[in-house]
Amino acid sequence: MIKGSFYILLFYFLGEMLSLVIHGYIPGSVIGMILLFLCLFFKIIKPENVKDVAIVITKNMAVFFIPACVGLMVFVKLFSTSFVAIIAAISVSTVLTIITVALTQETIEKRRLKKGNNHE
Amino acid sequence: MNNLIDQIRPLISSEVFLLTLVMGTFLLGVFIYKKTKITLLQPLLISMLIIIPFLKLTGIDYATFCNQTRILNFMLGPSVVALGYILYAQIEHIRGNVISILTAVFVGSVVGIVSVILIAKLLGADHILMASLAPKSVTTPIAISLSEKNGGIPALTAAFVVICGLFGGLVGPVILRRMGIKSKIAVGLAMGSSAHALGTARAMEIGAVEGAISGLAIGIMGIMTALLIPLVEKLF
Repeated sequence: MIKGSFYILLFYFLGEMLSLVIHGYIPGSVIGMILLFLCLFFKIIKPENVKDVAIVITKNMAVFFIPACVGLMVFVKLFSTSFVAIIAAISVSTVLTIITVALTQETIEKRRLKKGNNHE
Repeated sequence: MNNLIDQIRPLISSEVFLLTLVMGTFLLGVFIYKKTKITLLQPLLISMLIIIPFLKLTGIDYATFCNQTRILNFMLGPSVVALGYILYAQIEHIRGNVISILTAVFVGSVVGIVSVILIAKLLGADHILMASLAPKSVTTPIAISLSEKNGGIPALTAAFVVICGLFGGLVGPVILRRMGIKSKIAVGLAMGSSAHALGTARAMEIGAVEGAISGLAIGIMGIMTALLIPLVEKLF
């Protein structure tokens, strides 16, 4: 548990440091995630070292959102005055995302399968 | 009544009480969600619906609440880092599909960010609202930090992420079926990159491979969106 926490915090810190270097272009936590992934991928650290802690905190992540979400009480007015714009933007954009991602993946996959068949 | 509240205010605005309240309401939310199985009744939503009225009634302001529960907010960072492990654990699913997966999520990320900003702008949204909307399709902890960095309001973003996840989780499987998408990878990617964890929960109901790919898509979408938002912001 301590070992896992140490590694997660260490990568978070390294991420924050790099984030500072690139003037906060990407949040430190996201850089930390990429670094942790790369170190696992290139076998620089062992997966067992972080596995337990990583699973526990990601499984229960929703609890960590609560303070930020409760902040909505301060912005109820802004939320309700722009309600239509918000809902329209989110729903249309979400549908477009679903369609484009699925179509891109399926098209490339099909093309690759066809190519594979031609070679045989 | 008011007198009584004044007397116990130091107690009910203490760190230990507010943290207990957060955990307790969340547990209650999990219980209700599991009993009813209604997608809309997310534990997070139930917890909010109890805590917000409680704070209003007792006159505890948001700044105090935030400060006393800051340890939870801090944990958002480590939980994003931990996603790096989750991403690694899914790696076996992408062998041979790396290029198509990265391309699909990249396209989805661009379309998602540009469309949400454009529509909001057309309907009269200001910069703060647009910056809060832009990261709507990524997992909450990443969305919150992206919103903060780019001049949005984290609380609004958190709400948008939940709305987006609920909506995407609800309509995603229907749209994908109507489109006749057969590839399991395409279904998983579409669910995870449009509706993050809530989409992944629905993808898991469709199948284990779809669920795992969806989980992978959350991480990739988070990275792509983090890279793209500052670029897109410059254009608008």
